[in-house]
Amino acid sequence: MSEVRLQIDGKDVVTREGATILEAARSAGIFIPTLCHHEKLEPYGGCRICIVEVELRGATTLVVSCVHPVEDDLVVRTRSERVDRIRKTLLELMLAHAPDSPPLQELAVEYGADKDRFEKEASFCIHCGLCVRYCAEVVKKNAVGFVERGTRKEIAFIPEIAARECPTCKECLPLCPTSYLQAAFVLTEAFAFRSVSSEAAPEE
Amino acid sequence: MDNARIDRIIESHGGEASSLIQVLLEIQGENRWLPREALKRVSDRLQVPLSRIQHIATFYKTFSLSPRGRHEVHICMGTACHVRGATRVLDAVQDLIGIGPGDTDLNLRFSLDTVNCLGCCALGPVMKVNGKTHGKLSPAEAVEVLKSYE
Repeated sequence: MSEVRLQIDGKDVVTREGATILEAARSAGIFIPTLCHHEKLEPYGGCRICIVEVELRGATTLVVSCVHPVEDDLVVRTRSERVDRIRKTLLELMLAHAPDSPPLQELAVEYGADKDRFEKEASFCIHCGLCVRYCAEVVKKNAVGFVERGTRKEIAFIPEIAARECPTCKECLPLCPTSYLQAAFVLTEAFAFRSVSSEAAPEE
Repeated sequence: MDNARIDRIIESHGGEASSLIQVLLEIQGENRWLPREALKRVSDRLQVPLSRIQHIATFYKTFSLSPRGRHEVHICMGTACHVRGATRVLDAVQDLIGIGPGDTDLNLRFSLDTVNCLGCCALGPVMKVNGKTHGKLSPAEAVEVLKSYE
């Protein structure tokens, strides 16, 4: 596989063709913040927090580094006024949903995000999709999925699968940046596990 | 909806996972809604995870996961219908069938929904019942139209 040479934050980086900007940056020891990225999962580009500025043949654009493939002579800036402003707004939007999330709060300090900028709408989920994708791609049980769309989109456990698989797995729980996944799991367990297991058992 | 009917629909699409939406549309068409048992059957037969089916079934407005009435009533709330009195038509219809937009009455006679434009603004206020368009309605006329649907 051929090599690609690019520049990230003034540093020359050599990486394999087909790698993403995020992978190239990490291999060169350059930090780019992420929320929906996970090494075992396919790139998703959901949270947009890893946005960077790229310059190629004189044109500057903004791209999401976890899904954008590297190119020769690409000049990447992982911090700039524009990038920082966008990350700040993204964080403020997410904080309206999950104001007490530790990873969000940590980033909020770094980027000066105000958690009270937008009216609170405590849905707690920031739609990073880590739980849904981890269960589908790594564990391959599909016990949790998204339902609805747009502003009503949320995660939902499938009681029939979750009652059978989740008690011995729970690998997704630590992945959640807001702890909403744990809450959703406990609720499903409380409301639906018994009814699905009595369905599965033969009638007396 | 029994499994034999669902299996027939699935087989008519060659049992392909890629026909999932077509299969769901056909079940929705025959049964007017998608019972959970039906979704589980489709999941087993097409080898598509239930979480994925649930995502798709909640994503598109065509699909309903709760029972729908025998007659689908759509009242247009678009700008042209609105200025010609669509809210009064909606009020009259709600009074007649006793439910609000998005609901189905207990006898499963009507399901009521509002829409934002049916594309025939010159006919406003417009109401569609089971796909048939009724235009230039007064509230009283809308009520008369609905009385003819059992």
